[in-house]
Amino acid sequence: MARVFMKGTEAVAEAAVRAGCRFFAGYPITPQNEVPEYLSRRLPEVGGVFVQGESEVASVNMVYGAASAGTRSMTSSSSPGISLKSEGISYCAAARIPMVYANFARGGPGVGSIQPAQQDYLQATKASGNGGFRMPVLAPSTVQEAVDLTVLAFDWADRDRTPVLLLADGVIGTMMEPVVLPEPKTEEEVAAIKASKKSWACIGHELDYAHRAWIQPGNWSTLVMQQVNEDAAAMYEAWKQEAMVEEYQTEDAEIILTAYGISGRIAKSAVNLLRAQGIKAGLVRPITVYPFPDAAYDRIDYSKVKAILDVEMSIPALFVEDVKAAVKGRARIETCLCSGGNIMSREAVISAAKKIMEG
Amino acid sequence: METNLCVAGFGGQGVMSLGKFLADATCNSTDKNVTFFPSYGAEQRGGTANCFVVISDDDIGAPLGDVMDDLIVMNGPSLAKFLPTLKKGGNLFINSSIVSDQIDRDDVTLVKAPVTELALEMGNAKVLNVIMLGVYVGFTQVIEPAIVWDTIEHKLASKPKLLPLNKQAFEKGLELGKAQRG
Amino acid sequence: MNKIYTRTKTIQEDKVSGFCPGCMHSTVIKLIGEVLEELNVVDKAACVLGIGCCGLHMDYMAYDNTTAPHGRACAVATGMKRSNPDSLVFTYQGDGDFASIGLAESMSAANRGENITVIFINNGIYGMTGGQMAPTTLVGMKASTAPKGRDPKEHGYPMHMCEILNQLTAPYYLERTSCNNPANVNKTKAAIKKAFQNQLDGKGFSMVEIVTGCPTNWGLDALRSLDFIEEKMLPEFPLGVIRDRSKEEA
Repeated sequence: MARVFMKGTEAVAEAAVRAGCRFFAGYPITPQNEVPEYLSRRLPEVGGVFVQGESEVASVNMVYGAASAGTRSMTSSSSPGISLKSEGISYCAAARIPMVYANFARGGPGVGSIQPAQQDYLQATKASGNGGFRMPVLAPSTVQEAVDLTVLAFDWADRDRTPVLLLADGVIGTMMEPVVLPEPKTEEEVAAIKASKKSWACIGHELDYAHRAWIQPGNWSTLVMQQVNEDAAAMYEAWKQEAMVEEYQTEDAEIILTAYGISGRIAKSAVNLLRAQGIKAGLVRPITVYPFPDAAYDRIDYSKVKAILDVEMSIPALFVEDVKAAVKGRARIETCLCSGGNIMSREAVISAAKKIMEG
Repeated sequence: METNLCVAGFGGQGVMSLGKFLADATCNSTDKNVTFFPSYGAEQRGGTANCFVVISDDDIGAPLGDVMDDLIVMNGPSLAKFLPTLKKGGNLFINSSIVSDQIDRDDVTLVKAPVTELALEMGNAKVLNVIMLGVYVGFTQVIEPAIVWDTIEHKLASKPKLLPLNKQAFEKGLELGKAQRG
Repeated sequence: MNKIYTRTKTIQEDKVSGFCPGCMHSTVIKLIGEVLEELNVVDKAACVLGIGCCGLHMDYMAYDNTTAPHGRACAVATGMKRSNPDSLVFTYQGDGDFASIGLAESMSAANRGENITVIFINNGIYGMTGGQMAPTTLVGMKASTAPKGRDPKEHGYPMHMCEILNQLTAPYYLERTSCNNPANVNKTKAAIKKAFQNQLDGKGFSMVEIVTGCPTNWGLDALRSLDFIEEKMLPEFPLGVIRDRSKEEA
């Protein structure tokens, strides 16, 4: 397929449609307004439904309802709006409802700024709602990767009946880049996906107590509640085998840059420039930030590495906490941070790396 | 090889379209990597508008670099704001109708085009951005002019009446740009 | 002997409801089940339960159901119905759920004219959480969070949801009924049937507000709670059809 030049938000929206998403509800918030705008035009073309919810809270619950009826469904927002969605996300996780949502993150806390940032890392990976659930969190660093991960998100959501979060940021959302879009699913394929959920979806069943659809975001029975949580924990454990990561020029590296999302691609170009200047730099870029790719940090040759440089558009550093847990004290960890609306400067990354290597 | 371009001006000067035409053309007709990144104020009307285009043979890091190779300035305030980001030996394109050519740097190449006046002479103030795009492509030859024109033609497909004027604007710009090549 | 009455098969016989003596949830749920069977639409039904005592029967209803976050039932029902228009989607919500925490979702779904049915149980109090003040609590009525009774200076006045929704253009059918005597039970059943039929006919938003009692949190026995409904609740919440667009169409 030929490449097309698309904005991140619109590319994610189009990828969702092609992956078989047929329901979207959302609420305006910068910088992700093109997602609902695009889908308000696009979904009716494929027999799908777009609803502008009265709030973020209502929108995520509309998705809870649509996904409960077996339809591939999605919502999107940006940081403060994602907080509001946490109620519905927790319900979807509890009730094992497959759904996808995207966060085009902006500055924070509070209303923060409308500029891009990576301040939502802990919320995204540790506690996107009450109750201690986990979910796959996919962090694209290019528009193409955002497209590919959107498709993966729907498949993962359906396979394990779980919410999946696409953790993007305002840069990935607003920038345009060439993408190759996936082949759209046919109407037969979309119908088959919906039909495969018939046994548990709230679409009406013959009168039969044992075979009704009963979607429960909780349980009165302590025994059942514990069993449900044990099953979920086993699923989270199994996900560790599916962690995704990009390891770049790490074999002989004397300094490892580590970053996710937009910072990941900036760090990668810094690695190239550092190498051009004779500094053996490498990159570890988690693509799934949950499950976290600990194994990639185990593969680092710590006998060669002087330090790990954590690069993120967040102050305080948040991603670094997972990096510390994965590095397990085997190397010194330094940070290169920015926040407040500016995009991570490649020059700043390069000078931070040089300072470590010269120090 | 990586080229970082910043286009800056008032909202309404077609700054975003200028950058998008160039980036879109690069995507459609080359196998280079290219990014377009817009930056707006929170205002819906007026205010500043600027965008960044990166064209590269390798993977692109940030869609806006720390240092610009080329800078297109459509109004006075943008000159003060962005001139410090232009690299030594970089190319500075100014809308000389309203931007002073008294530049306090002698380490950059100045390309002048009175695009506001030229657009008014052509009878439509809105085509100033297409003239400037022509100037930029004509001067830098970063991409084949015919490819850029194809993209503009495609984008304006729903407004065929505007095509002759835009063609005239683009060609006028090309001519001005080529003439100033060293 | 002819059998002239049998319990609805939509309620699983070997399950226990958990409702208090004198509670009318069980009455309304029985009526819903009977209507679903009479309309022959059990296999299309999907119920979105609110939070609170509304959900106590989820374990004994034999048709599809889910539980919405507190107040969000109309949003969940919107998604469910829009993505599966052939199903019969209804919410079952109390007054705290529908008229307080879920006011935005309730009003907005009604305003969009969503083709869903709302069964709204108004007993003027929060049940499961232990008798706190509701938006529909009567002036002077004591609640665990209003120990001196509802004081308009501090708490405002009871909210009349049928009348409030009647200010909107889109809703198709709004009726307030009660279950405090056999005649009203029959009217409630007729109203539910009409509200479901409206949805099957694609008419849009229908709501039946049912004034019921909460003997436990009102501190009354079952019989005296019936008197309380008659003497106190119904003067505040008058029964009747508030809006019926089918009359205008006829």
